Amino acid sequence: MSASEAWIAAGTFTGVAFVIAAGTLIAAALLRVRARKHSEARTRTYECGEEPDGGAWVRFHPRYYLVALVFVIFDVEAVFLLPWAVSLRSVGAVALWSMLAFLAILLLGWVYAVKKGALRWV
Amino acid sequence: MNVLFGSPALHALVLGVGIVSALLGVTSYFIWFERKFAGRMQSRIGPKHVGPYGLLQPIADAFKLLIKADITPDTADRALFNLAPLLAVCVALLSLAVLPLASGLVIADLDVGVLFFLAAGALTVVPTWMAGWGSNNKYALLGGMRAIAQSVAYGVPLVLAALVPVILSGSMKLSDIVAAQAGGHWFALWPPGPGLGAGVLFVLASLAEGNRIPFDIPEAESELVSGISTEYTGMKFGMFYLGEYVHSLVVAALFVTLFLGGYDGPGPDVLALQLLWFVLKVSLVSVLLLWVRWSYVRLRSDQLMTLCWKYLLPSGLLLVAASAVWVWWTEQGGSR
Repeated sequence: MSASEAWIAAGTFTGVAFVIAAGTLIAAALLRVRARKHSEARTRTYECGEEPDGGAWVRFHPRYYLVALVFVIFDVEAVFLLPWAVSLRSVGAVALWSMLAFLAILLLGWVYAVKKGALRWV
Repeated sequence: MNVLFGSPALHALVLGVGIVSALLGVTSYFIWFERKFAGRMQSRIGPKHVGPYGLLQPIADAFKLLIKADITPDTADRALFNLAPLLAVCVALLSLAVLPLASGLVIADLDVGVLFFLAAGALTVVPTWMAGWGSNNKYALLGGMRAIAQSVAYGVPLVLAALVPVILSGSMKLSDIVAAQAGGHWFALWPPGPGLGAGVLFVLASLAEGNRIPFDIPEAESELVSGISTEYTGMKFGMFYLGEYVHSLVVAALFVTLFLGGYDGPGPDVLALQLLWFVLKVSLVSVLLLWVRWSYVRLRSDQLMTLCWKYLLPSGLLLVAASAVWVWWTEQGGSR
């Protein structure tokens, strides 16, 4: 199976997964029990029986944003690591030592982030 | 690998429908098994009324979910709310495309198979957040926010753990990774240290990414009702449930492929035997994961983040460095 054939197969499979999932929901939509009369309480937002207190779309604590920032750093690192891991054998010692140096610098950055408290979840 | 049925599209269609139907059947009985297993662990019997040993329970549950009323809250974002359960199952199934079940029995043997399932795994957060935001419910939103923070954080050690077999085998193609472990040279056993460490890291990070106990704070029924699935009813709720179980079975299968030699086992290389070894290993790993699930308590939000950023991340980096040094050292020894 060539690379392009493999991608065609992967694309087709994505379609298969989608159709199977959609089919289940369509079957449920056809079979489901419908209420005889509409009551307002049925479709009200669930808040443990109380009247909902305002909408839910509120602002959030910035610590979530901080996690996303740190994630970007280490995700970009993964982009460098993946091709390196495949070609480690063919490139040899240069690849090994330069990547170890890169990882060491990254680890220093991690120590800095820990000391700054950027990774503390309060 | 070969295209088994004419064109690659037809090959993917036939194999895909076969494997997905088999998996959905296995999943419903896996849920039955989990309920029995959990029951025994808690000195209960588990399901027993529908059919002998409760064996017809999964079928009864499926029909119950299908005929339940479908409620969409008035204030919800309808498009996001209704699309989320569909995508939850779809994305959970996606990793199956690159999974070799036996030699030559794979839907799409991509050159970048490892990258493909990492990307598919990272996508699981999208339907979760669509549900969390689209419900316009405070519990669902909190659950969604927690899920994003958790999946994003645990995605990093997951990539590092998956890198170790890539370094050891020198390929991102899953069939090559299995071939590199042929004859019992499983990466979990050899080289001692990095392989097993990365395997444990992989399982922990995958469980966290799929929001499974003990990492299920996005659901946390004692504080968030049911998290992102609070507002869902009937089959739409069932889809999230199904997606979670499919994900945990796929994680077990990927762990077996990357670290336990995939379909490698004693005996001749015939399809049926390879399939048997694969199913046997995946079942063992799944039972082990169930055992963990019903033995440990849920971690707190801050404990979860501390575990990931302060322990798993640096150990992941060290494991990658250690396996690279190992590869370089053994290759040097061979050429000298």
